[in-house]
Order: sequence, then C-alpha cells, then structure tokens
Amino acid sequence: MIKNNSLKREPLTDTQLLTTITIIIFFTMYFTAMGTLGGGFLRFQQIFDILNDNASLIIVSCGLTIVMIGGGIDISVGAVTSLVVMSCVMYLNSGGNIFVSILLALGIGLAFGLVHGFLISYLEIQPFIVTLAGMFLARGLTTIISIDPQKVQHKGFKTLLDAEIKIPWLGYTANNGNRVDATMELGVVIAIVVLIAVFILLRYLRLGRAFYAIGGNQQSALMLGINVKRTRFISYVISGALSGISGFVFMMHTGAGNATNAAGMEMNAIAASIIGGTLLTGGVGNVAGTFFGVMILTTIKKIVVSSGLNQPWWQNITMGGMLCFFIILQSVVLSRRNGKKKAV
Amino acid sequence: MNNKSKNIFGNGLGQLTIPIIAIAILVIFNLIRDPSFFSIELTHNNEGNSVLAGNLITIINGASELAILAMGMTLVTAACGGQDISVGAAAAIAGSAFVKILKSGDSISAGTVIIALLFACIVAMIFGAFNGTLVAVFKIQPMIATLILYTCGRSIAYWINGGATPTVTSPILDAIGKFIPGIPVPTPVIIVIIVGVIFKLVFRLTSLELFTQSVGINGNAARLNGINSTFVKLLSFIILGICVAIAGCIGVSRLGLINHETLLIDIEMDTILAVAIGGNNLGGGKFKVGGSIIGAYVIQMLTITLYAMKVSSTDVKAYKAVVIILLVVIGSPVVKEKFGKMMNKLRSRRAKVTVKGAERS
Repeated sequence: MIKNNSLKREPLTDTQLLTTITIIIFFTMYFTAMGTLGGGFLRFQQIFDILNDNASLIIVSCGLTIVMIGGGIDISVGAVTSLVVMSCVMYLNSGGNIFVSILLALGIGLAFGLVHGFLISYLEIQPFIVTLAGMFLARGLTTIISIDPQKVQHKGFKTLLDAEIKIPWLGYTANNGNRVDATMELGVVIAIVVLIAVFILLRYLRLGRAFYAIGGNQQSALMLGINVKRTRFISYVISGALSGISGFVFMMHTGAGNATNAAGMEMNAIAASIIGGTLLTGGVGNVAGTFFGVMILTTIKKIVVSSGLNQPWWQNITMGGMLCFFIILQSVVLSRRNGKKKAV
Repeated sequence: MNNKSKNIFGNGLGQLTIPIIAIAILVIFNLIRDPSFFSIELTHNNEGNSVLAGNLITIINGASELAILAMGMTLVTAACGGQDISVGAAAAIAGSAFVKILKSGDSISAGTVIIALLFACIVAMIFGAFNGTLVAVFKIQPMIATLILYTCGRSIAYWINGGATPTVTSPILDAIGKFIPGIPVPTPVIIVIIVGVIFKLVFRLTSLELFTQSVGINGNAARLNGINSTFVKLLSFIILGICVAIAGCIGVSRLGLINHETLLIDIEMDTILAVAIGGNNLGGGKFKVGGSIIGAYVIQMLTITLYAMKVSSTDVKAYKAVVIILLVVIGSPVVKEKFGKMMNKLRSRRAKVTVKGAERS
C-alpha cells in the first residue's frame, strides 16, 4: 500500500488544477471559433488585436492576482489607471518630458499603493472599503484635472504611439492580394515582461511564496516567521505600481485621456483573475491562469460579435454566463476534492 | 482595555458612535458655513400641492433608495460576511420589469401599478435567490457570486426593454416618486419609514436577528445548534431582493422613465459604505440596521453639502473619498487601541501615585 502511494504521481495542487481547466477551456473555445466562424479567427492578427486592446488589463490583472492570492482585494486599479492616463496626458500637453511622465505614472500608482497598503495592513481597515475610497478619490481627481477628453499633442510621444512591431511571417494575404503584416504594439511587450516578472516572483521568490502563505492561513504564516503585515503591505504596493504602468500602457494605446477611461476595468480584472483560478479567499492562484482569464473574457466578446448577435446586450450577458459557469465549476471541483481528501 | 476605549469614544453608544459623530460634524460644519442650509419652507409645487422644501428635505428624500438598500445589505453582510455588489444592476432589472408591466396596458390604473410592483418584487426576489443559492449552496464568496449579476445585470435590463428607454407618466407614479397630494412629506421618505418599521417588527416578532447573527459569527456552530444556515443566508438575499425592487421602483417613479445605464448608478458602492459607516463589521456577525440607515443619511448629507459648496457632481467623489478615509481611520481598531493606551497612560500615572501611597500605609 505504501509502495503504491510513493509510486503514484503527485496529484495536481488546487492552483494547477484550476489553471489547467482554464487553459483547456480557452483553447477549446478558440479552436471551436476557428472551425465554425472562421474569418478573423483563422488569422494570427486576431490574437494580436486582443493583446493590443487588453495590454493594460493584463498588467492590472497581474497586480490584482497578487493581492487576491494574499487574501485581499483592490478595486481601485481601474480608477488609478484612468487617473494616470489623464495626468500624463495633461503633463505631456503642457510640454513635458516622456521620461518624467513615466516616472509620474509610476509615482501616482505607487502613492496609491503605499497608502492602501498602510491603511489595510498597519491600521487593519477592511481592504474593500479602503480601495473603494481609493477608487472614488482617483475617479474624482481625474475629473478635477479635466472633465473634457484630452488628446496627446506631444511630438515625441506620437512616435511612441505609432510604434508597432511588425511580424511579417505571421501576417496574412488580404482579399485584394496585398500582404498584411501582423502588428503588435509596444504595450504588449511591456505586458508580457510584467507577466513573466510576476510569474517568476510568485513561483520562485521567497516574497511570492509568502503571498501564498499569508493568503492560505495567516496564523500559520505568522508561525513560520513571515512578516504578515509587511508582506500584505508589499502586495498592495505592487498592485498600485502595476496600475501606474497599466495607465501608461493604456495611454500608449489610446493616445487620449478621458474621464471614463478604463471604466469597469477593476471588475474585468477581478473576473479575469477568478476565471484564471484565483480564489478570493486567498492562497490559491496563478498568474498564467490570469492571462488566460483575460483572453477568455475578450475572446468571448469577439465570438459574440462575429457570430451575428449584434444587439448591444449580448456581450455582457454572455460574459456573465461565462463567469457563472467558471465560478460554479470551481466551486464544484474544489468541494469534490476536499470531500475526497477527507474520505482518504 | 476594550471597555475603557469604548467609554472614551462611545459614551455608551457603542456601534453607533461613528455614524453619529459623523452626522454631528456635518451638522456643525454646515451651521458654521451657512445656517440657512437648514431652512425648511412650505412651498407649492407645479401641481399646486403644498410641499416641504429645503436642503434637509432633499437630503432625507434623496437618501431613500440608499437607506432601503442599506437595510437589506446589512442583513446580507451579517449573515454571509460579504457584500452584494449587484444591487444597482438588480434594481435596473426590477425597474425594467416594473415599466414593462406598466407599458403593457393602454392606461395606467392603480391595479396595474400594484401588479407591476408585485412583478418587480418577484423578479428581484428570483435574482436575489440566484445570488443566494450561489452563496449559500455553492459556498462562493458573496462578492464573486454577485459579480456575475453586476457584469450582466444592466444588459439584462436593456434586453427586457428591447433597447429603448421608455417613459411612463401617471399621477399614481408621481404619488410614489414625489408627493401624494395633500401630504407635504415626500413619499419616498414615508416608504423608508414603513420599510424600517417592517424590519423592526420582523426582528421583534421572529428570531431572524438572532439567527442571522449566529450564522454570521460562526456558520458551523449555528448549524450544530439546529439553525439552518443555508436557509438563513438564502433568506437574507431574498429580503435584499425585495429591498432592491422597492428601491428600483422608487427610482423609476421619481424620473418617470427607465434608463438601464443610469438608474441608481454606483449605488452598490454607496450601500456598502453606508453599512460600513454604520459600524457593522463587513466580515459578518453582529449588526445594527439603524446604523446603516444613519450611514446612508451621512453619505447623502455629505454629497448635498458638497453640492451646496458648488462642487461639481463629478468631483464630489474625490472629497467623499477623503471623508471616508478619515472616518474609517478613526474607527479602525488599531487607532482606537493606540488612543486607548495613551489615555490609560495618562490615567495610570495618577493611579500609580495612589497605589504607592496605599502600600506605605
């Protein structure tokens, strides 16, 4: 009996299981779309389009995943992104420097992260309320800076805005016979770098493992000698800084600041993390899953549009349905596993 | 220690300290800024009824939907240890259902309004039960479970109306949303009072309050004591559903139209805030519905005060955020403890002297 056990492969952890389910579902969905809808889904550009549109969402979701693994929540990310976009646009239009604007973006994000982290971990106020206030503050400040949409006029930034990475061998031939290159924006590169960095942090670094520990069980983390307060503080600071970066990427995509920028982004980011297998209770999650969560959320929208459901409400309703499916699936899977563990 | 810090802060008010302090500060601030802020006068509206008008009435009237939602949300918070973030979306659905029935007939009679109200209540209760099932049966955290409806709720409301924003006009709706002829108090205020009294009566006559608290404090212990915690959680969501339907119908009646995008927009955040300001623990357990109601009025008073100071409606959020942070920092357990320690030190100096004196003798 004992021999048998030692020969058996180690079972998947909760994190791996949920991520695997997400990835399988994404590929099934995408290949089904390729088979039945064809058209744009057969081109690589479709994937790049999704990435171009959602680079900032990916960055924000990475930060949120860290916070959620640590057992917290940050609903201010979308609003901070919007504030960063607006202030950077205004700064650049008043004749600023691009490098200073990057610092400004990071600074705003870090400032929000530091304040949230301090209030939540050292003053022990509920994260939901603190980040809700942060969201109100950021949205309010955005409209105080400017309520009218602002377009970037800065010359140097325009070249950054138009910068694209062309990948000819992934392109396609258009109907009129011209060869169209696949194009990717700079923001996507930043998003991928952030994704890899966060993945390494969560997988291999001591700090990353501490996030899992405090999310899983705060008491035992304390017994293990982890500084729970400081770890939680850092998780919010990272999330804030990533919102700042996401704001800059957002600006590189749209080139304009608007008070309604990134509206609802926080909820999309939470949804993406959940679909990716992160649990709000903490301790379980994976940034690779989060990436596929973003992809699923946006692919489903594209599928709805290209399958001819043109009424504006269908996108959100299918998204809600999708979310419902994933949430129930996770709940069932996890409760069955826990039941089995107890039985053994 | 805990008792002492409570004495310093609470003067016996306990949980209600923060909301009452907040409202007192707002009142004093307004008195200093402009005493005429509180003037109430009896004027005549367009239909020739004599009605009460003034900032105070605007505050009490405007917070009606918030107060009703806050009552339901308190129950959900207490029982489930989490919040429903779909109340705004669910209210839009209920409002759409309400308008759908009103629009189905040729004319709007009292009968159709009652049927429409009941239909809206049933629809909202079904959605409440959906959320409740996810939370109670599937054991999903409330915020995640209600994220589903938050994402697609307003789109469902859009779908019900087939993409239009229909208007409904009828004296009966005006009576619900504005004033009943002959009564100078706005009807929504009366509805809030009725809902509040019903809550009070239910708590008096049934053991709902006790059951909810025990489920919120420790669900397993409650279950072992013979309380059906699944049912209590589900029930709290269904009660919130009724509150949502009432709030949605008031919102529709006020404007005379349903706009799925703007009806009670962002109210979910304000509602949760009202519950938190009311001194309720967002992690579940003990609760006071009264605190949440006061919390709702604090939020509305803050908003109207800012409007009176010529702050534009989009900028209000930033100032609101600052006040919220101040309130929660004052209410935070760590700050309370530090403050309590400081006071204890001051006291113990005096106490030590007397103790030493006693030893010598």
